Amino acid sequence: MISQKGIIRLSVILGIIFWSLFTIVDLMALFSELNGIAFGFPPFVSNAMLTMFIISLILFYRFNIGQAESVNFVDLLWRVFVSGLIATVVTLCIEFFFTVFASSKVGSNTLVINFLYHVNIGLVIAFLVSTFIVWKRLILYQKSKTLLATWQLYEYALLGTLIFDLFSHDYQDPAFLAVYGILVLIGLYLSFNLKWIAYLNFKQKWRSILFVLLVVIYIWYFFKTLMFFSEKVQLVRDLLDSVFILALITFIIIYCVIALLVILFNLPTTSVFEKKLEEAVNFQRLSQSIPAGESEEKVYEILLDSSVSAVYSEAAWLQISDPSKNVEVTLTHNLDKELIPVITKAVNNSRFKKILNSDFDRNPKSLKISANLKNVNFRSILQFPVTVKGEKIGVLALLKEVNDGFNREMVDIIDTFVNQASISVENFRLLNDAIVNERYKEELKIANRVQNKLLPERLEPCAAYDIHAYSQAADEVGGDYYDVYQLDEERTALIIGDVSGKGTSAAFHMAQMKGVFQSLVQLDLDPKEFLVHANNALSRCLESTSFITVSFFVIDSKKKKVQFARAGHCPSLYYSAEKGTTEYFKNRGLGLGILRNFNFHKYVQVNEFTYQAKDVLVLYTDGITEACNDKKEQFGFDRLQSALTKHADQSPGAIQEGIINDLYEFCGKESLNDDYTLLIVKFN
Amino acid sequence: MIKIDNHINDDPAYYQLSIGGEVDASSSIHLEEGLKNAMVASKKIIVDLAELEYISSAGLGVFMSIIQDLENEGIQFVIYGMAPKVNEVFEILGLNQLITIKKDKEEALEAIK
Repeated sequence: MISQKGIIRLSVILGIIFWSLFTIVDLMALFSELNGIAFGFPPFVSNAMLTMFIISLILFYRFNIGQAESVNFVDLLWRVFVSGLIATVVTLCIEFFFTVFASSKVGSNTLVINFLYHVNIGLVIAFLVSTFIVWKRLILYQKSKTLLATWQLYEYALLGTLIFDLFSHDYQDPAFLAVYGILVLIGLYLSFNLKWIAYLNFKQKWRSILFVLLVVIYIWYFFKTLMFFSEKVQLVRDLLDSVFILALITFIIIYCVIALLVILFNLPTTSVFEKKLEEAVNFQRLSQSIPAGESEEKVYEILLDSSVSAVYSEAAWLQISDPSKNVEVTLTHNLDKELIPVITKAVNNSRFKKILNSDFDRNPKSLKISANLKNVNFRSILQFPVTVKGEKIGVLALLKEVNDGFNREMVDIIDTFVNQASISVENFRLLNDAIVNERYKEELKIANRVQNKLLPERLEPCAAYDIHAYSQAADEVGGDYYDVYQLDEERTALIIGDVSGKGTSAAFHMAQMKGVFQSLVQLDLDPKEFLVHANNALSRCLESTSFITVSFFVIDSKKKKVQFARAGHCPSLYYSAEKGTTEYFKNRGLGLGILRNFNFHKYVQVNEFTYQAKDVLVLYTDGITEACNDKKEQFGFDRLQSALTKHADQSPGAIQEGIINDLYEFCGKESLNDDYTLLIVKFN
Repeated sequence: MIKIDNHINDDPAYYQLSIGGEVDASSSIHLEEGLKNAMVASKKIIVDLAELEYISSAGLGVFMSIIQDLENEGIQFVIYGMAPKVNEVFEILGLNQLITIKKDKEEALEAIK
């Protein structure tokens, strides 16, 4: 396919070629006629050349003149003006030529005159076609389906006349008149599409009037010139014998006249239309939410500016004071800030005060007031509260130097503006809050990652036992803790802990517990000493209402013996493979951090048991036993016990899975709202 | 949801606090407030936990946090009437070794004589 630029260039070349051929053929015909020689070509050939020239022109302008947009109506008219101007200047030159050589031979030579006439024809047709295309663009601005169809009909009919014109007709021919008449009627119908005029501002309307008027003058001038030619000498062709040209001229004139009248009638209401448009634009500016990071002040500025221009107020102020968001703004328009309290006082004292709120939202704190004032420079005021989420955060006041300066419509407009500004500010704040929340979430995710590192990544099985752990926090971070430490080749220390409360504070204490465990366990203390030291350390770091429950175990694989102490933690569960029974170790104990003095040691009880192969020790946190089902029944110790008995002959991983599955079956996966941890040790 | 009621008896003089419902992390603040008020008002406090359905570790933390103050200020403090489940929670944590727990109001009043 040829590009748009290619088509434009091609049409220029074709236009020049066809115009030259058309001129040469016509002049040759004239020359043969003058010299009484029979001319070989029928008039059809010259007509065809003219038609081709016109088609080239249509092609050229069609691609050269772009679509009409609300910003370029005057530009389009400007193009028409320029092409008309060029044609006029050349025509004037030709006239000047005739005046200079009026008496000479060159001036009266029929061939010369006819040549110049052809030059003129070319330019006039170019002007007509360009105007036609511009009119088309204007008419089809905001087109409907019917309009488009009508226009296409008109355009095809017009192109059809080009074929009709191939065979020379006289303009008095009835067929000629019939075709012409139909085209004029359709053209008239189309000429009432003048939507573009509504979008011109006052200045543009005046310029449009000027340009349209000039088009009429051009055409009148060209008409006169063509007549002048036909009076002067015998012409080989009369342009006015072409239906196409006549219909085109008529259409252009009709459109000019109607457009002129419509623009003239529209002139007085232009300012109203502009005002409405401005209001709409301002409204849009207010409703666009402010990008995050920018300040609300922008909205307040727009609100004040739009309000002032919407109601033609002489002065105004906007005062915003919202301590909760740290916003303090006072904006004024043509007003000294010091006058604000004076005017406010005048409003309070005004005897002509109207409250505009509807009855049901008559909140004394946020009244919309219209009042006449005394003893200040301004005679009337319109005062609106600015509210965000139902809270009054400020006041917009508009002032006028005349009494009763604000009508119902202005009140409505200001109401809309203020509401829209409120929504914008609200959205802006919501957006900012959302960003902050998002950041918190991100922080929590990091905390979650950090905390996961606090639990042992993997528990190594050793000669004495096989071990498996499972831990789940209700929130991003939790307070459950377990850890293992190899004391020497035969002995391992094992701990499970649960911090009171949940969430972030629990997570911090859990981290402290890890520190305490890792420090103390290296000292290879017996369980009692370990707990006493841990209690001492934690008493100095825990919040007054926080405590940590732990169970601490030292497994000796050589003696097959386990020493353990419980500090307020849920009793551990033990499965004896030999007996096939499961039971809880119910020894005494007290949570760490509960008794923050030297008496703690009195509450520590160390127990001891020997294990056999395939015995299972289950450590857990109260999230497991306290998990509730829909009926608020807890999973409880008994269910946990039977769950272990059921799965005890399996591997630690399978036991854990079995118990958790039983737990989910009992209470449903969704309802768990505490941290829970399960640690399974199976002895070898 | 937590329910807290108090009742001040003149003869014999004691302060009775009744805690009901569920005490979790968020409602434990009210429990703390109630206990602090009681401690300011009287040296003999009995706490009725008969209506208490559930107490979380945060709630236990509140009881725990006042133990030292009770001792320092010489306040007699007895809790009573706990349901077995609630009692179990106190026992596992070991709080029963630090706080006097009685079966009913009669025993509780006896304990603070």
